[in-house]
Amino acid sequence: MVWTAISILIISVFAGIFGSLLGLGGGMIVIPALTLLMGVDIKYAITAGLISVISTSSGSAVVYVRDKITNIRVGMFLELATTIGALTGALVAGFLQPKTLYILFALQLFYSAYSMIKKRNQELPEIRSIHPMAEKLKLKGEYYDKALNQTVTYQASSVYSGFGLMYLAGVISALLGIGSGSFKVIAMDHFMNLPMKVSTATSNFMMGVTAAASAGIYLFRGQIDPKIAGPVAIGVVIGATIGTRIMQRMRSVTLRKIFIPVLLYVAVEMLLQGLGVK
Amino acid sequence: MMEVVISKSLRYGVTISAITILLGLILFIITGKSGYPGHTFPTTLSAILTGLVSLKPYAIIMTGLLLLILTPVFRVGISIIVFLLEKDYLYVIITSLVFAILITSLLLGKVTH
Repeated sequence: MVWTAISILIISVFAGIFGSLLGLGGGMIVIPALTLLMGVDIKYAITAGLISVISTSSGSAVVYVRDKITNIRVGMFLELATTIGALTGALVAGFLQPKTLYILFALQLFYSAYSMIKKRNQELPEIRSIHPMAEKLKLKGEYYDKALNQTVTYQASSVYSGFGLMYLAGVISALLGIGSGSFKVIAMDHFMNLPMKVSTATSNFMMGVTAAASAGIYLFRGQIDPKIAGPVAIGVVIGATIGTRIMQRMRSVTLRKIFIPVLLYVAVEMLLQGLGVK
Repeated sequence: MMEVVISKSLRYGVTISAITILLGLILFIITGKSGYPGHTFPTTLSAILTGLVSLKPYAIIMTGLLLLILTPVFRVGISIIVFLLEKDYLYVIITSLVFAILITSLLLGKVTH
């Protein structure tokens, strides 16, 4: 029993480091590790994954928000899209064929991976013309980049497509029960032209809110097992604290190179689900 | 100022919940008892709170998990106040909408499921 708890805790530390670096939440590590290595029932592994998302989000935001890597306004504005999306998803759940959605989103992820590979050597976003909506909503900012030793200023572009993609991310989170952190990072990095570090930190920041809504429900449904979710929560908080320190000293180019294979992996997984192979 | 307040509120939320969970786990490991029969654990708010009062390990862990889940919701609430103090009314509206939608989806009980 003690060893099980310690093993879960150690796995979760890695999930926390990885999740806070890439803005993905860490459920991607926690869920397969718990089911495959520890033999945990998938029902409890998924909810432990949600707990992991919340821990990564809040744990890493303590540092990212303080150091102004997270853009709070961008986060709040886009949370509007994801929460409305999640609500829509919950309402239309009965009418849509999840398999079709899986395939559509896999294709979108493949395209995003392709565009990310194209700009794999890009450290900071190129300067585009000022978007009037971004100006109005104050979707801009600056942060001190510890890897580059310089202050980076930025401004969001393509506000509408970013908002639209976030809405879709919310819909699929609700329909497929995933955190969709990869879509959040892409909406900010690719569409809105925000720096990679701001995109991952802000994605992390937003994710806790979406996950909290469903985690509360699962807790009262009795699907959160304290002896599994407890060690996960503590391990991930420790991991996220380490991860935030690593990320700030890492170059965005390196971050991108870790993100691309992860993106491809998620895309393949979704495609297989959609085709009914898995 | 905004960053400091939000970062601190998250720090308190995460620290308090992590310590609570850790205390529950330690008590569980030391005593070897969860406080509940077999593989069961408390799932209603009243069961969690009564278990907490009688220091049952599983109830302590569940309380910590509940506090952890409430932290992001609490963060959105704090943000409304911070934007209000900054007189950024556009964001007071945006954040209040997010808060309202969040509560609605919690009540609907179907989101991301």
